[in-house]
Amino acid sequence: MARVVDVVTETARAKSLLLDPPDWPGHLAGQHVDVRLTADDGYQAQRSYSIASAPEDDHLQLTIEKIDDGEVSPYLSDELHPGDELELRGPIGGYFVWREALGGPVLLIAGGSGVVPLRAILRHHRAAKSDVPVRLVYSARTQADLLYRDELESFDTVITLTREQWSGHTGRVGRDLLDEVAWPLADHPLVYVCGPTGFVEGVADALVAIGHAPNRIRTERFGPS
Amino acid sequence: MSPISHGFHGRRTDEAERNRVPPGQYVTHDFPVLSAGPTPHTPLESWTFQIRGEVDQPKSWTWEEFTALPTDHVTVDIHCVTKWTKLDTVWRGVSLDTLLDGVDTSAEYVLAFSDGGYTTNLPLAEVRAGKAWVAYEFGDEPLEPEHGGPARLLVPHLYFWKSAKWVRGIELRAQDEPGFWEMYGYNNYGDPWKEQRYAGD
Repeated sequence: MARVVDVVTETARAKSLLLDPPDWPGHLAGQHVDVRLTADDGYQAQRSYSIASAPEDDHLQLTIEKIDDGEVSPYLSDELHPGDELELRGPIGGYFVWREALGGPVLLIAGGSGVVPLRAILRHHRAAKSDVPVRLVYSARTQADLLYRDELESFDTVITLTREQWSGHTGRVGRDLLDEVAWPLADHPLVYVCGPTGFVEGVADALVAIGHAPNRIRTERFGPS
Repeated sequence: MSPISHGFHGRRTDEAERNRVPPGQYVTHDFPVLSAGPTPHTPLESWTFQIRGEVDQPKSWTWEEFTALPTDHVTVDIHCVTKWTKLDTVWRGVSLDTLLDGVDTSAEYVLAFSDGGYTTNLPLAEVRAGKAWVAYEFGDEPLEPEHGGPARLLVPHLYFWKSAKWVRGIELRAQDEPGFWEMYGYNNYGDPWKEQRYAGD
């Protein structure tokens, strides 16, 4: 059981839970946890959430995007308050992670709330004082949907918006944008792509088409569920 | 015992479905995609399915030969370790019994291998006796690449990561060897009814 330390509003649809899990074994940047809720009649529901915090951070952070007709996210967004307890299991997953020994240069590509585990990687990269080059490409619908906006400005971040005209990049992450912002192929970049299925399929296909080695592309897809 | 999450009500599965949904799973009507890397696109002309390893005579089929083998049309429930369960999925594929017919082996394990480097391990007994297929149609259509096409393993009684996408063959092995997710902390066996999600479950 993890104690809720704080609940932070990130956007109109997303909140972060700052948690204190006792006996937390530590995690790698990019891993996730399973959250389990139990109703008063014993009914249980479980979901996985990416960890938004770096291993070095004081609290374990999850960022929850509320799905209005979802079973678990409305509870996590609206019903949890500081001092409440939440049943957690983890950390889970050992492939979609970055640590210094994996090297780079690292290209992180996020669609929507897929930015969550990539933000953990950026924070870990900074906390570890790594000099491996790292860049984030972040696709969101509008400026109002951007998670961690102020913080991400302190990193090498390229934002593209798909549903709003603004002074920055617009449109999907495709070959054109990747040609402009991806690290040179000669440097054999290590690429992490996270987001909804269609986004990840499109970006991963584009990367392979440009000439990135499939075994240097790690993906995490969010189901539409 | 898990403590109560006050204010959580949840969405119950209806009575008829409840005994078909393993613990900790919820029913989805979508078909979520989970893969560790890009989707491979292997041309059918260069596709083969192989049985190799602890076997006197390795076997190999081209796509044309493979799709000429007798098939089963099966309707099964599938369970992903990421918590979704999908009921009544319809597949066409070749039974592993058909593929292993006449194969003389002392092996007790298999390691399925796929395009893109994915592997997963299973006891040989779990892919025999009508429990596993190499499927190439889903819902009476060719299996889409993002769901593992042209062909994937289908082992519906285990968590779905055991049903290797883009499968290109099985290696028969005397000793068990963990596959891709099994090396990254997922359970070696993966029975959804025992909720064997992770190592140690």
